Amino acid sequence: MTAVNAPTETPTETDAAPGLESHRHLGTGATWGLTGAGLAGGALLGLLAGSWAVGAVAGLLLVLVALPGVSWRVEGARRGKDRAFTVVVTVAFLLALLPLLSLIYSTLTNGLARFDPEFFTSDMRAVLGEGGGALHAIVGTLLITGSATLISVPIGIMCAIYLVEYGKGRLARMVTILVDVMTGIPSIVAGLFAFALFSIFFGPSIRFGLGGAVALSLLMVPVVVRSVEEMLKLVANELREASYALGVPRWRTIVKVVLPTAGAGIAAGVTIAIARVIGETAPLLIIAGSTTNLDWNIFEGRMMTLPVFTYESYMIPGVPPEPGVDRAWAAALTLMVIVMGLNLAARLIARLFGTKSR
Amino acid sequence: MSTQAPSPDTTMSGLGGNRRLGDRLFSGAATAAGVLILLALAGVFTFLVLEGYPALVADPEQIPGEGGIVAFIAPLLFGTVFGAVLALLIALPLSVGIGLFISHYAPRRVASTLGYVIDLLAAVPSVVYGLWGIYFLAPQIAGLFPWLHDNLGFLPFFSQSPSGSGRTMMTAGVVLAVMILPIMTAVNREVFLQTPRLQEEAALALGATRLEMILMTVLPFSRSGIMSGAMLGLGRALGETIAVAMVLSAYPGLVSLNLIGSQNSSTVAANIALKFPEYTGLEVNALIASGLALFVLTFLVNFTARAIIARRAEFSGANA
Repeated sequence: MTAVNAPTETPTETDAAPGLESHRHLGTGATWGLTGAGLAGGALLGLLAGSWAVGAVAGLLLVLVALPGVSWRVEGARRGKDRAFTVVVTVAFLLALLPLLSLIYSTLTNGLARFDPEFFTSDMRAVLGEGGGALHAIVGTLLITGSATLISVPIGIMCAIYLVEYGKGRLARMVTILVDVMTGIPSIVAGLFAFALFSIFFGPSIRFGLGGAVALSLLMVPVVVRSVEEMLKLVANELREASYALGVPRWRTIVKVVLPTAGAGIAAGVTIAIARVIGETAPLLIIAGSTTNLDWNIFEGRMMTLPVFTYESYMIPGVPPEPGVDRAWAAALTLMVIVMGLNLAARLIARLFGTKSR
Repeated sequence: MSTQAPSPDTTMSGLGGNRRLGDRLFSGAATAAGVLILLALAGVFTFLVLEGYPALVADPEQIPGEGGIVAFIAPLLFGTVFGAVLALLIALPLSVGIGLFISHYAPRRVASTLGYVIDLLAAVPSVVYGLWGIYFLAPQIAGLFPWLHDNLGFLPFFSQSPSGSGRTMMTAGVVLAVMILPIMTAVNREVFLQTPRLQEEAALALGATRLEMILMTVLPFSRSGIMSGAMLGLGRALGETIAVAMVLSAYPGLVSLNLIGSQNSSTVAANIALKFPEYTGLEVNALIASGLALFVLTFLVNFTARAIIARRAEFSGANA
């Protein structure tokens, strides 16, 4: 990318392209000076108005007007437009950071109130008002997500092996596209599917943990397939050929050479897939239901999970609502910690144990 | 495209039947896993049809709303599409801007980290988005509504009296936009980076500014990619459940273009999540039928998006 960007990134360069209206340029100092002045003006306005949001918006608007405006005068219309677009693109990126930062901030500030030992060691049995905890929900989440992983990982890895090592022709192309389409299945539809499937055998009041695991698997398998497929494709063909040359059968080559080589990448991909489904609410609301009691039996009876716990604590907070809402935020914080931790772990696994891709 | 692993089949002939048995079993298992994917999708469709069918043939009186299954699903579908399109309108320009920032503006060393930060938005569970939407975003955004109503009230979107709580279609649209931003940005980033380097350098060599280079080479090259990314985002927004269920003050059966009032159309997914626990009998079948409609809709949107991407990879891969 540097090769492409270099000519335009240095506004101080002396030879302007022919056709540009002016040969004068804004230096780096002037550029940052104007940006700083705009932001400072925004901060001042924000202080006057007493709102950081006003300040941020005003500051960005000022930069958007000041920098291209000055550039337009000094460097000509084309460079002025170019600078305006640079500011717009940068602002778009900063705008996307705002929700992420404010999400983390709200979850931390609201969630820490009940992020205490009691929250992790007690369930909601016979709890009215204050107190209570999410132990039953944490156990349920671990059991259901764990079972979903046990179902999805073998299927996902075998399907990826099929696509990379065996798949040819029409069937493989179909599977590839449908795996992609499956990643877009609405989670609530996965829950309805599990419910429709099991209610045929067990009646319409069926709610149990394993059903939730089946629903989550439907969402998890395509993610596993996609990431494992990418990793298997990175395994050098020379390794496979060397193994075949030694007379090793194909399946042993895959099991003993290809999979271990891609091992770290596969582990990272599975971790990401777990992170993706561990926060799913809708399917579990449908098929796993909710309860206030700790339940270790995944084959029978309603099972609480952290996302459903968060949802129910908010929707049905009780009277007065504050303790319920606090529990909802604490559960949301727990979920965020788990999800972000898993994402970080995946990145670490890929970096520490991964083979260099090229 | 994909590099096919070399096949040793030709060299294997004549070797012990023992090995060939292992190979046959293993390749059979792998193929079975592939076929299982097809079966799973077919299964979703089949079981939703099986359980939704009773609602299709039922007495209209017994369907929620008492107007029959079409009158039950149509307003929900309207709300679903309305909210998703709103989210798409917000997210599309942003995702193009962010994609360009990461691919062509940010320093190369930090670009992948910036991409990762945007991807983190996709990792946040939707129930957390719901809480954030209701406690942080809704009060902030509600402050804008009176102004919109006073100045743009002649439009049907802003004609109703503004909601004080902020639990409106507008808020739901913004939350959905944030949620679909990562996948759209990821697709855009990828296609922007695939722009033929020679074309970009030729434009710059002719004296184009960076903006002109992007307008002349990157965007025309990426048009179909941006479109498929937008459709993937649309698919996500159509199916999002819990965040909408928490944020939106929804009235199932209502068809309303209004964005800022306290009475809003509901969406299929949110309606299922909200009503499932309390419904029984045929009402549940009706919900499953609405889920089937949602499944078909998102399937079509996603399939189109993936077909565009697949075609694009075939044609552009050769001359890039």
